Amino acid sequence: METLNYLNNGHGAASWLLTRDHKRIALLYLVSITAFFAIGGLFAFMIRLELLTPAGDVMTADTYNKMFTMHGVVMVFFFLIPSIPAVLGNFLIPIMIGAKDLAFPRVNLLSWYIYILGGAFTLVAALSGGVDTGWTFYTPYSTAAANSHVITAAMGVFITGFSSILTGLNFIVTVHRMRAPGLTWFRLPLFVWSMYATSLIFILGTPVIAITVLLVAAERGLHMGIFDPALGGDPILFQHLFWFYSHPAVYIMILPAMGVISEIVQAFTRKNIFGYSFVAFSSLAIAIIGFLVWGHHLFVSGQSVYAGLMFSLLSFMVAIPSAVKVFNWTATIYKGSVQLDSSMLYAFGFIGLFTIGGLTGLFLAAVGLDVHIHDTYFVIAHFHYIMVGGAIMGYMGGLHYWWPKMSGRMYSEGWAKLAAGLIFVGFNLTFFPQFILGYLGMPRRYHAYPPEFQVFNVASTLGATVLAVGYALPLVYFIHSIFYGEKAPADPWGAKGLEWEIPSPPPTENFVVTPIVTHGTHQYAPSKEVGIV
Amino acid sequence: MSDGHAHAEHFPGRTHMPPVHVEGVPGAPHAHHPKLQHHFDNMPQQAEASTLGMWVFLVTEIMFFGGLFMAYLIYRQANPEGFAEASHHLNVFWGALNTIVLIVSSLTMALGVRAAQTSAPPKTQVFWIVVTMMFGATFLGIKAIEYADKFRLNHVPGPNFHWEGQHAAAAQMFYSLYFCMTGLHAIHMIIGLGIMTVIATMAWKRQFDADYYTPVEVAGLYWHFVDIVWIFLFPLLYLIGGHFVE
Repeated sequence: METLNYLNNGHGAASWLLTRDHKRIALLYLVSITAFFAIGGLFAFMIRLELLTPAGDVMTADTYNKMFTMHGVVMVFFFLIPSIPAVLGNFLIPIMIGAKDLAFPRVNLLSWYIYILGGAFTLVAALSGGVDTGWTFYTPYSTAAANSHVITAAMGVFITGFSSILTGLNFIVTVHRMRAPGLTWFRLPLFVWSMYATSLIFILGTPVIAITVLLVAAERGLHMGIFDPALGGDPILFQHLFWFYSHPAVYIMILPAMGVISEIVQAFTRKNIFGYSFVAFSSLAIAIIGFLVWGHHLFVSGQSVYAGLMFSLLSFMVAIPSAVKVFNWTATIYKGSVQLDSSMLYAFGFIGLFTIGGLTGLFLAAVGLDVHIHDTYFVIAHFHYIMVGGAIMGYMGGLHYWWPKMSGRMYSEGWAKLAAGLIFVGFNLTFFPQFILGYLGMPRRYHAYPPEFQVFNVASTLGATVLAVGYALPLVYFIHSIFYGEKAPADPWGAKGLEWEIPSPPPTENFVVTPIVTHGTHQYAPSKEVGIV
Repeated sequence: MSDGHAHAEHFPGRTHMPPVHVEGVPGAPHAHHPKLQHHFDNMPQQAEASTLGMWVFLVTEIMFFGGLFMAYLIYRQANPEGFAEASHHLNVFWGALNTIVLIVSSLTMALGVRAAQTSAPPKTQVFWIVVTMMFGATFLGIKAIEYADKFRLNHVPGPNFHWEGQHAAAAQMFYSLYFCMTGLHAIHMIIGLGIMTVIATMAWKRQFDADYYTPVEVAGLYWHFVDIVWIFLFPLLYLIGGHFVE
């Protein structure tokens, strides 16, 4: 008889849909997030198809507006923001801190249902004709002019925000109150630190976007004048409120990925992280400074020049903790016993692409240069290097690293390496030409463009096709591994940490006996750094 | 990591430790409080998690209302006279009465928590919670009277908004904020009444005593928070028109 674990402990739809087990809820999220990723990818495909030729020949300008809006809304709110926290964070945080579950298991399940409800609103908006405001919902267009399903889509964003809030709340309370005896803050895995920092942004930022889109809906539906200049309102206030959340939201996407990379880099170099406490505190620093940089989205919106200068300075400052992480990962890899497993390939991809994305962010944070490249494809390339090259690379790396733990099965390493290679090549082919396009002056959000830009756009569309194949492959070999994969041992990578000390897949209660932790979770080599525990 | 021994829980600095027990070890004593959920080690840990969870939730509520207060701040700074003129048309008597009603309801709420904490009889616990709910309902009733008045005078923003004074645009902005802020606050009051109904039912079923009263305490935190929001709304909305001369 097979040993009892969280996967075979209970069968049937109800045992999944009513579960309170954080591991099962993580899998519910995994399935639904993958579906939204596919939907968002479909919209991206339509965008790239239209941009294959200079003329607007595949769809009308209005339809194109809806395509990039739905792509942005679905990818940002329904894929990127919940991806690592809701799947890997949900699965791993209780295990990493030696707990049986999150502090509020029912709230955890509730947050998944809220996510699904918000997703349903967004899909209804998409199917009944779409939204064309851009994912940013800028006023007064969204409240006074747009003739599309703004309120439905805004409600989708509003509702799913509460899913984020509850997840963040659950993580914070869990990390504070559920750690196993002896597991002090400076013994925590770096993934937990980054998830804690992310949760701070969830709880401090998300309510602000919630009230903002609620006001947009109130202005549009009830004619409450808050942002409409015709009623004495100020559309710039909307931009401030929107970016107060939506810039930190970028750190919601990247911080968890950084946590994943910290874990992978240690496991596949057989070394403890270089400068544990610096890496841990840099997560908090990014979360805190990240709240003070939103004004760099408003350099050309009529914001005061002096405010612009301050926001520029603060935006440069957030590069410091980000660079600390990159340097510390590099120092960890230096002279390590590097193993090029697929997870590590993703980690390498992350470090390189995040560096490019981060450095081009500094171009945009410079007030003068931003005037030239604002609202061009340079911006598009920059944030896709962070969100796709960074966040999704981290998510894919994390899925490959913890898949044996989650599923209890090993996937095909050869195919995984091929997919990692395809994603890296496809990604760069898609987005690097967009830096050039943007610098040459191609604006974002247009469905037609002058013929001299075509060569770069063709390269970009070609790259997107390679990227799509790269993303489709893991879906195939992960599903294949569930049925035909070898059984995974408790610790297939020789990695350290509480999650590798329990069976794969873990039992429902994670730990039969609450573990007592006597040293830091990272014990790859007895080194002087252990002194910090 | 785990040293393999069936250790008892050991949390330095925590008091009120329950009798030693170990999950999953046959023959281990099971001295569970019936309200202890399986993933917590002991009652104090469970209570601390719940109260921290509510405090964190209230932080998110501050940020939620914060967006509106920010909008108020900016627009009032831009239209000080228009806001004063519009505020002048709010009824300070009803606003002040509602402030008193809510402050008293916070007192009765605190007495309700105290009753559960001291293992008072269920009748006493239910009494204080129901009294709190009655004050909450009174607040909403007075709010309804005020809203009806605004509808009658066409002071509700929208196509039918009508203003006799000098600053019609600013007044409409003020009333947009007034309805958003007090409306959102009223929704929180209604949710609070729902929570109190559950708490009263649980109290009636003798679920709370000195060993377990976290739900009452956590519901109380929420109630006090909603009161405090009103304490800020009242002066900002009702009292800034005092020196306005028609």
